[in-house]
Amino acid sequence: MTTDHAADIDHAADIDRHVRIYITVFVALMALTIVTVAISRFHLPVPMAITVAMLVATIKGSLVACYFMHLISEKKLIYAVLVLTGAFFLALLALPVLTVHDGYWIH
Amino acid sequence: MDIPYTVEVRRDTGLTNGKIGIWLFLASEVMLFGALFASYILIRTGAETWPRGDTILNVPLATFNTLVLISSSVTMVMSWASLKRGRFGTFRLYMGTTILLGCVFLLVKYFEYSHKFESGLYPSTNNFLAIYFTLTGLHMLHVFGGMVVNAYFWGPGSKLWKTNPEWFANRVEHAGLFWHFVDLVWIFLFPTLYLL
Repeated sequence: MTTDHAADIDHAADIDRHVRIYITVFVALMALTIVTVAISRFHLPVPMAITVAMLVATIKGSLVACYFMHLISEKKLIYAVLVLTGAFFLALLALPVLTVHDGYWIH
Repeated sequence: MDIPYTVEVRRDTGLTNGKIGIWLFLASEVMLFGALFASYILIRTGAETWPRGDTILNVPLATFNTLVLISSSVTMVMSWASLKRGRFGTFRLYMGTTILLGCVFLLVKYFEYSHKFESGLYPSTNNFLAIYFTLTGLHMLHVFGGMVVNAYFWGPGSKLWKTNPEWFANRVEHAGLFWHFVDLVWIFLFPTLYLL
């Protein structure tokens, strides 16, 4: 067996392992979607409902990002880009919160 | 002149140019949707009353669409895995299924929109519907854009497989990253608009 051939087999085994993970993640995403809808049927108080819904959505989003988008094994530069994006994204989401104190800084 | 670093990685970044390019594009997309989510929060927290999404929107249809989009993400990543295994026929099957699932998603949205319009519910009706149509409309445009790219790789773009299979696999991976991002956005849109 040549070294290249051995590497090819390793590569094929690696892809097979990835495919098994994709299927597991797929099942988890389906289940979590059903969970999201089921929880909404309980008509929880709004703050609690938002917290739970966003928690489940974050878990689902993380699964997609980590496994389908391969972020779990990405290069440092991609992580750096995402950290920077995340910081700006959070700042953007925080802007409406600052409006609660509208005029506070002026007076 | 050949485009550099399409297959071999740059020594400084450890990445191909395509990979870093698509991630920078996705970063700009995060900010685009982030701005709209921030608007949603601002409008909702400023409103005296806000309707629950499920009193206006069709939750079973949206749940079905969520499952469709998640399935399309799996078929997309499987199409890339098929190329990595050297199975071009399987790639076309999975990519074709991804495009088809995208069509199903858009068809369901068409029925949802039609029903709203027939009921006299327009973006101008109230703030909830304005933000609903804006966010889902922009998302639909992204689904459509992704489908056009996927259709290109399923059809004419797949000629590259014969001359440079590794580059072709990389291009499909980049298209996949966009498609998964579109799925990711929907994962947050669904509970935000329909269930809360």
